[in-house]
Amino acid sequence: MAFLLRRRHAAAPYLLLAPGIGWLVLFFAVPLYYMAQISLKEGSIDTGYRFTWHFQTYVDAISNYSDQFLRSFEYAGLATVLSLVIAYPLAYVIAFRGGRWRNALLLLVILPFFTTYLVRTLSWETILDDDGWIVHVLQSVGLLGHHGRLLATGTAVVTGITYNFLPFMILPLYASLERIDKRLHEAAYDLYGRRRDVFLRVTLPLSAPGIVAGVLLTFIPAAGDFVNAQLLGTPRQSMIGNVIQSRYLEVTDYPTAAALSFILMAIILVLVLAYAKIAGTEELTGAEGVAA
Amino acid sequence: MTRVGRRLLDQSLNLYSGLVLVYLMTPIAIILLFSFNDTKSRFNFVWQGFTLKSWKDPFGVPGLLDAMKSSVEIATLSTLIATVLGTMMALALVRYEFRGRGATNLFIFLPLASPEVVLGASLLSMFLSLGVATGFTTILIAHVMFNVSFVVVTVRSRLIGFDRSLEEAAQDLGANRFQTFMRVTLPLIMPGVLAAALLAFALSIDDFVITNFNAGSTVTYPLFIWGAARIAIPPQVNVMAAMIFMVTLVAMLLTVWQQRRAERMASMVPSEA
Repeated sequence: MAFLLRRRHAAAPYLLLAPGIGWLVLFFAVPLYYMAQISLKEGSIDTGYRFTWHFQTYVDAISNYSDQFLRSFEYAGLATVLSLVIAYPLAYVIAFRGGRWRNALLLLVILPFFTTYLVRTLSWETILDDDGWIVHVLQSVGLLGHHGRLLATGTAVVTGITYNFLPFMILPLYASLERIDKRLHEAAYDLYGRRRDVFLRVTLPLSAPGIVAGVLLTFIPAAGDFVNAQLLGTPRQSMIGNVIQSRYLEVTDYPTAAALSFILMAIILVLVLAYAKIAGTEELTGAEGVAA
Repeated sequence: MTRVGRRLLDQSLNLYSGLVLVYLMTPIAIILLFSFNDTKSRFNFVWQGFTLKSWKDPFGVPGLLDAMKSSVEIATLSTLIATVLGTMMALALVRYEFRGRGATNLFIFLPLASPEVVLGASLLSMFLSLGVATGFTTILIAHVMFNVSFVVVTVRSRLIGFDRSLEEAAQDLGANRFQTFMRVTLPLIMPGVLAAALLAFALSIDDFVITNFNAGSTVTYPLFIWGAARIAIPPQVNVMAAMIFMVTLVAMLLTVWQQRRAERMASMVPSEA
């Protein structure tokens, strides 16, 4: 492998890339082709599927499951906004006041990721339980009726999603805040900027890439999630991920499931490409160019 | 703004951050606590008293041991493969200027930007179309696929600050390319590689969504929980989660420590006198 590290070896980068790219082509790109093919087939699991350019599946999928699509984007949107509100002050404090505790605080932020996703989600069943103190407090201040509950509601699902993807918001926010040159703050104060102006005109604009990255990293997995809706909600809270999962694995209605996956992916891809256009691919993918 | 007002804002900002950290830690505390719950029902959602029962018999639930074994095997293998492939890719991307570099970066990023449900569903579509039976191997294939991109991103971010003059120095001192790679390059990038491997392992052992699509009749630890969530969740599930949590935490701290050491090593520049 060592000879590949000679800088002017023209084939070297391609040889280093080949196995990994090959794996991604075979098991990420090619499967998308097969999914596209399945989405345009007609038939059933018993009679077999035939390829007929059956675009009607897409039309039906959108009209039959528009509720679940809208709900997915509503829940994901709410969770993303909540995450931003929860994460920004914390990221700010760690970046500007963390001092030597910075790394320890960042470790605390990613600690939830060390526990199993499903168990983490199930622990919210304990927290939001009908006999738990949160429900009791909300009942006694009148925010919930006497028999009101949190479990099996949209609130529970959004709570779970927000918690599960919060580190994806905090980390990019922190990265962009930490990169801000402190001398810019000093300069702004020297020019008699007020605190609010310094935040609104210096800190906030400079942390914008972190905000956009955090929003995407939170929104994308949130919109496709089905675990929170399944464990903390009921079928009335089901999201598009729940439909895809059950159409594929329980009902074996493969064309509809494949079409729904593509529609979800298309919507998300449009969002990502819009961002790539604004921020550039290098910024988006975190690559910072060839080391000198 | 008055001085008092400013102090008040500072204090409330700190308090708010503290509360967010408490919020982040609460579910972890509950997971650990409920591994000691003396639950009488089929589910483990309400506290009923302290017991060491589940810790003394962590695999006392049918199927859990096999599920754990599959998870650990898949996580180990997928970590090894993804770390080797991803590290090679990261080296290519950081050290060379070549045609298609931007496109490659974007392609590697795409799996990270796709919802897991789409990755799982499309892979299953291919296996269905080709008549491949899903099981251990297809889970492994899927895990390497989603881990490769994470490894590239992690190793690449560590490689960017790499001081190439150390390699040049080694070659000036007569080391050949192979020796230089083994004795200088590899030890220096090792912390980044270890961090990536740790991330890959954690992602693999925790993955539910993609595995769910490509598992066939193989049961991993997350799939075991998913099945159990409908019928009965024994406290042993929390014992496993607590073990994974502690192992990952210790491994993470070791990686950080190792990285500090490597940084010290890299910064040992001979004095100019």
